[in-house]
Amino acid sequence: MTSREDWWYDEAAGPLVRPYAMVRGRTRPNAPDLHLVTQVRASSFASDQTSLTVEHREIMALCARPLSVAEVAAYLDVPLVVVKVLLSDLIERGDVLVQTSTPKIPDRDLLQAVLDGVRGI
Amino acid sequence: MVFVGSDGQLTVPTAVKIVIAGGFGTGKTTMVASVSEIPPLRTEELLTEAGVHVDDLAGIEGKDTTTVALDFGRITINTKVVLYLFGTPGQNRFWFMWDELATGAIGAVVLVDTRRLDSSFPSIDFFEHRAIPFIVAVNCFDGSQLYTVDEVRHALDLDEQIPVILCDARDRESSKAVLVELIQHSMNRLAAV
Repeated sequence: MTSREDWWYDEAAGPLVRPYAMVRGRTRPNAPDLHLVTQVRASSFASDQTSLTVEHREIMALCARPLSVAEVAAYLDVPLVVVKVLLSDLIERGDVLVQTSTPKIPDRDLLQAVLDGVRGI
Repeated sequence: MVFVGSDGQLTVPTAVKIVIAGGFGTGKTTMVASVSEIPPLRTEELLTEAGVHVDDLAGIEGKDTTTVALDFGRITINTKVVLYLFGTPGQNRFWFMWDELATGAIGAVVLVDTRRLDSSFPSIDFFEHRAIPFIVAVNCFDGSQLYTVDEVRHALDLDEQIPVILCDARDRESSKAVLVELIQHSMNRLAAV
């Protein structure tokens, strides 16, 4: 007998199941705007991680240094939408800190810093 | 800048980005790779064919789901600033993804292959219409320079203020020079307003 859960696990759905199982089907993050380059970082006062999933803990480990949402998704090898949901869980717990500003066009000082930086690499 | 969280001592850098655009096979990922401090990373966004973000599982089980892959690199400018370089997804049906890429960007490099000039028209239109600073970089594959900068400018019907430069996307110094040109162009644009 095929249960309600089983029909999902066919060949076509295969690659999608694991990422979406991680987030229990959620595709709408509760967190503030998480853009591709939004910087996230694990809090140094993170709460007890025993209740976290493996994926959440992987994010906490990755974010020991500041990373962009896109980098976290790439290193974790999950779609952006999934990593945004996982990150929003951690942000809600206060375990991950995040930039609250949306991307805005850099001002002159920032552009000068970037110019100097690129010339220096 | 304000950060959410209880421990305010931790700082998070400011992130800026540059978009590397152009038609299929113009060398976007090659350019990202030549200047990035890390091997280019790839991240994927799942989309419905209609280009609407999926809302629930019902949306991703159908055959009309597709994946947009974004290749990107990183240059750590200093402890406070990090620059990301995003290659645009090739297919035109992913335009809406370009909007997220372009929002807040320093600007864009439109890579051009003179053997297929028309493949860069959509990119140029996109940045022109949104008033996003951009420059055109002619990628000279294998040192082949079929046309002069003026010929390319004319063929693309570019405004006089848009810089056009020759480059080799495989070469780090050449790609650096392209980024420098774009950042200076963005600064000039900022000064002009």
